[in-house]
Amino acid sequence: MSSNDMKIVFSARSENEKFARMAVASFIAYLDPTVEELNEIKTAVSEAVTNCIIHGYNHDASKQVELAVSIEDTMVTIQITDEGKGIEDIELAREPLFTTMPDGERAGMGFTIMESFVDGFEVESELGKGTSVRMRRRILSSNVLFN
Amino acid sequence: MKKELNAQMSLHTTIKHYRNILIVELNGELDHHTADTVRQEMDEAIIKASVKHLIINAKQLEFMDSSGIGVILGRYKLIKAKQGKMLICNMNETIAKLLELSGIFKIIDTYENESDALSSLEVIS
Repeated sequence: MSSNDMKIVFSARSENEKFARMAVASFIAYLDPTVEELNEIKTAVSEAVTNCIIHGYNHDASKQVELAVSIEDTMVTIQITDEGKGIEDIELAREPLFTTMPDGERAGMGFTIMESFVDGFEVESELGKGTSVRMRRRILSSNVLFN
Repeated sequence: MKKELNAQMSLHTTIKHYRNILIVELNGELDHHTADTVRQEMDEAIIKASVKHLIINAKQLEFMDSSGIGVILGRYKLIKAKQGKMLICNMNETIAKLLELSGIFKIIDTYENESDALSSLEVIS
């Protein structure tokens, strides 16, 4: 069993959406993912971090987002957590096209995209406490050898 | 000022006109952070009376998430109000999958490249 993990805490600023997905991509690069695997993981990370900034914190850049990634052999687990306002109804939030901001040109596709681009997806949320999403994706293309 | 902002923002738009067709090349990464600027730049061009149709060329678009879906849907509404057509060409696999999930292909046609998209519009415009 070979394991590796990292954790980053960063300001809830939209500039850091790119930073977060690049950090994950760099961290898992040694698993030798395909371009498509990498792009799908980056997209899922971007959705989760954007949710923290827009919905969790309502653009309050003084708040922080935590990104934790762990790798067990070829399985990547990504956990993205905010201490923001929380989700009232998770089932509803996960519905495709559901949005709390119909006038804001938000597509309401964030959770649907995350679920589609990873193998395992869980959301935990408590009103007033925050939200944490956990995503797992196996890097099938990995030719890294473990012993 | 705008240029500087753009350089930092890791997304560049190149806007071209061909008859009544607006062609927007997106270069870089379209996410929540860059969405507002792209939206503004495209709207300034779309609002011109000479513009009817819109082609988005995604050849140099390395990354897009659901913020990009919002941008595309918003521009589609503007073009539809002008009785025009909106097309997208040159998407990478992940962006195509993202747009497929969102159901956008029911309202926006996709083409392999810009010249195919242009020829399809020349037939109708």
